[in-house]
Amino acid sequence: MTLHFEPILQQWPYLLGGAWLSLQIAVLAFAFGMVIGLVCASVLRYGPVFLRRAVTAYVIFATNTPQLVQIFFLFFALPEIGVTLSPFTAVLIGATFNAGAYLCEIQRAGFNSVRLMEVEAAEVLGFSTMQIVRHVILPHVLKVMFPPLSNQFIVMTLGTSMASIFGVEELTGRTYNLSSQTYLSVEAFSVAAVLYIAITLIATFALAIVGRYVCRAKIKVL
Amino acid sequence: MPQLEIVDLKASYGPHTVLERINLSVEKGEIVSLIGPSGSGKSTLLRVLTGLLPPEHGTVRLNGKLVNYADKAAVHALRSEIAIVFQQYNLFQNMTVLDNVMITPTRIKGWPRKQVEEHAIGLLTRVGLGHRLKAYPDELSGGQQQRVAIARALALKPNVLFLDEVTAALDPELVTEVLDTVRALALEGITMFIVSHEMSFVREVSSKVVFMAGGHVIESGSPQQLFDAPQEARTREFVGKILRH
Amino acid sequence: MFASSQAEIAQLFSFYNLLLLLEGFAATLVLSALGCFAGFLAGFVVAIVRVTHSRAMAPLRALAFAYCFLFRRIPFLVTLMLVFFASQSSKANLSTFAVASLSVCLIASAYLGEIIRSGLESVHGNQWEAAQTMNFSTFETLRFVIVPQAWRVVVPPTFGFFVMFIKDTALASQIGVMELTSAGKVLTNKGFSSWLVYGTVLALYFVMSYPLSRLGKRLEKKLAATRNR
Repeated sequence: MTLHFEPILQQWPYLLGGAWLSLQIAVLAFAFGMVIGLVCASVLRYGPVFLRRAVTAYVIFATNTPQLVQIFFLFFALPEIGVTLSPFTAVLIGATFNAGAYLCEIQRAGFNSVRLMEVEAAEVLGFSTMQIVRHVILPHVLKVMFPPLSNQFIVMTLGTSMASIFGVEELTGRTYNLSSQTYLSVEAFSVAAVLYIAITLIATFALAIVGRYVCRAKIKVL
Repeated sequence: MPQLEIVDLKASYGPHTVLERINLSVEKGEIVSLIGPSGSGKSTLLRVLTGLLPPEHGTVRLNGKLVNYADKAAVHALRSEIAIVFQQYNLFQNMTVLDNVMITPTRIKGWPRKQVEEHAIGLLTRVGLGHRLKAYPDELSGGQQQRVAIARALALKPNVLFLDEVTAALDPELVTEVLDTVRALALEGITMFIVSHEMSFVREVSSKVVFMAGGHVIESGSPQQLFDAPQEARTREFVGKILRH
Repeated sequence: MFASSQAEIAQLFSFYNLLLLLEGFAATLVLSALGCFAGFLAGFVVAIVRVTHSRAMAPLRALAFAYCFLFRRIPFLVTLMLVFFASQSSKANLSTFAVASLSVCLIASAYLGEIIRSGLESVHGNQWEAAQTMNFSTFETLRFVIVPQAWRVVVPPTFGFFVMFIKDTALASQIGVMELTSAGKVLTNKGFSSWLVYGTVLALYFVMSYPLSRLGKRLEKKLAATRNR
């Protein structure tokens, strides 16, 4: 089996564009998911019982069903009630729906990690509530949440590859296009694999730096 | 012929020399204690002798035979003749007390199980834990765990027993029980190499005391010589400080 | 709308369609279980290799490291496609299920290898040292001391992985494996409403995944309560 990589490697700008789109989807889904997660985690901690039950049901459902099928549902089922979503939107909403549940769990663990003794010490020292949140709670919570959040981001970046199934031209989608054009499928997907490894590595490095200097959290790169 | 002979030993951790020009000789049945301030290299010397840190230079002879620390088989042979008790007891957390004592003789050395079991129960009874054979390490106090560690070391029937700060990690009230155990061993004629901070114990039990500082042997002699009439200024300084308590 | 959907539900759950869904359910179950068990065994071997210290094992160690490193940074879909096209062009003539099984095992052993390695390394170094000074070989130390202590640390993330893995197998539908998601596609192509079909498929995945997830959480609580035994 002889492999010809040149036709694929020639298309590296095309593939890189796909990688960029993958990252965009991941970042957007992560950002929206964080908001949903924050709201849900807050509800779980401070909300009334019926809302807590709703959030728990959402989290349990979203984390026990595949993201792919969730997106299938959005993409094929919604048009039946008249809501037609573009592939990109369906994927983004699906990924956000899925991410929100996982990010809620991470943030809930973060909230629960607050050490009561530290808060009490701050109160006794005369900190205002705002000051307690800013100087005592937030740094610790960010530090605790940072490793699982970074891991979740990497998982989501890899998860964007299923967008190709719906026709979104991110990295996997473009790789599939190239492979059907050139019939060099093994070469094409090998290059895609290398690109995914590269972007996850770069992302991990970047997150490690952010973690170290902003949140004082250490994450393993290798 | 001395049982253990150390000549011109040198060891380093990377670029830092931690032991230099160590010369020591131990006769059979002697009890040698290493004392000195933190970082003087006492525990490091023990680690080198037991093969946990390869020496850079110098020779070590056990019963006249040269120990080649670079050769895995030689270190293996060395370890079948010695036993070490660590500061952190290092008991196997997943085994009962009895299993901890029995595992090496039965599984590793291949000695017959019945004899090993009898010997092990005897040892554990001697260290005062005959009633806790089925307990797990995390159910025992530090002092009890350390006594199990001593029994485990003795089960190997070693020629030389190394004790590395065995009471340093213990609460004060637990130190006595361990020292009593070691004191009893000292009366039996087993060669021991002890690193300790417990000065009155060292003075009482040792036949030779070695004072180390900065990776060197400063002075060595009988306990009376070292504690009552130290020759070197550095020794005098150390002894003066510790005896003031 | 209600009357027609009632009729539709009845039709959907007709014998043949139910069978289709159940076959898909079984296929997903088999694929997941295969990945998890074979992956655990292979991952165990990989983890052991990664924990050795000797110079002789260095090339194998590097290989094991690279294996875990790479397969956890490639999307499931891409691995699937790679194995699929590689098997096609190498004329190995594997069925789609075989391709999916192979991919599933490759990925699972990388993830589980990492989990098990992490568990083995969580055992305190002084356990190794005590064993070393008593002339335990690496294998003997692993067998009598390390693995018995490590398995408690390994079980919770392993369960977490199993639960995640069931969901990943949905992607096997993309190379034509007749598992649960493909069964859904078949039914929608037959004309059934996507709401019903994908709703049912989601429920079936939930039924497979949730009990496992609860079991994992219960085990985690139990293991945290009793200690190093």
